[in-house]
Amino acid sequence: MPKDAIRVEGVVKELLPNTMFRVQLSNSHEILAHISGKMRLHFIRILPGDTVTVEMSPYDLTKGRITYRKK
Amino acid sequence: MTAAAKRGKRIVYVAAEIAGIREAARVTAVARQEIARLVQPGVTTLWLDQRADEIIRRYGGESAFHGYRGYPGQICISVNDEVVHGIGRADRVIKFGDLVSLDVGIRVNGFVGDTALTVCAGGEPTGLARRLIDTVRQSLDDGMAVARAGRDVCEIGRAVERRVHAAGFSVVRDFVGHGVGRAVHEPPEVPNFALPPRGPVLEPGMVLAVEPMINAGSHRVKVDADGWTVRSADGSLSAHWEHMILITDGEPEILTCPRTPSESKA
Repeated sequence: MPKDAIRVEGVVKELLPNTMFRVQLSNSHEILAHISGKMRLHFIRILPGDTVTVEMSPYDLTKGRITYRKK
Repeated sequence: MTAAAKRGKRIVYVAAEIAGIREAARVTAVARQEIARLVQPGVTTLWLDQRADEIIRRYGGESAFHGYRGYPGQICISVNDEVVHGIGRADRVIKFGDLVSLDVGIRVNGFVGDTALTVCAGGEPTGLARRLIDTVRQSLDDGMAVARAGRDVCEIGRAVERRVHAAGFSVVRDFVGHGVGRAVHEPPEVPNFALPPRGPVLEPGMVLAVEPMINAGSHRVKVDADGWTVRSADGSLSAHWEHMILITDGEPEILTCPRTPSESKA
């Protein structure tokens, strides 16, 4: 796990194969995000329209990891 | 001359002046939040400086920094390893994840407000940047909590330094907080590190700007060729936070944030 990720809020737009998601960030950028291992273990399901927290690395601004699903 | 007055210069304001300072500080705090929302990946620091100028004028003030000892910018914008006094530049583009410190000084009706914060461009940081920002805020809370009438000004620095060192970071020693009110920098100096008690004793009516500047690595800093921009000597991340406080007999009033230190910890 990278130590210096940046947390960003986003909304899930589309479900993609292999538990990948298209997420629109609050700054209106769209990124490809996968679900974090911890959320996988707890069977947290993610559907289009969910508000999620995404962790991103400053080095690749097109991908992210979903770490939280808001109720 | 009283015993307190012998120990160093200080300025005590009367109620009418405090009302003016309070208003300048409130405007500065509102403008600071508005400018902070504009910090996004892709904007240049010059663009931020220009927007800051518009915001400051809209609130009926003028930049207290512009022209101060020849400072060319409206506000100070210091990115990542830059500690303070960064000047807005057209070729300095803010990147995703950059740590941006904004220092805003506004003059309103002859009184000055001065406040600073540090934000992360594009989202909430985790890891080192998160700890650095949390530490600088906690150290400022600690420093403000001990600032009350009858204490020596050096106690603020001692409280700040204790918190910063406990987190494993270092306090910049080349720049200090200051009195503020009618001018940007007034006596006394308010160091963010422990010194022997030789500063003035605090008195109700004094207004101080407490501004810890902390580095993730060494406390040493160097100044760029532009004569202003201060950066950490080892290139480590730096964070900066500043509030103006009014000294009272009890808890100080935070003029640039309508809360008391004990509330802001909650």
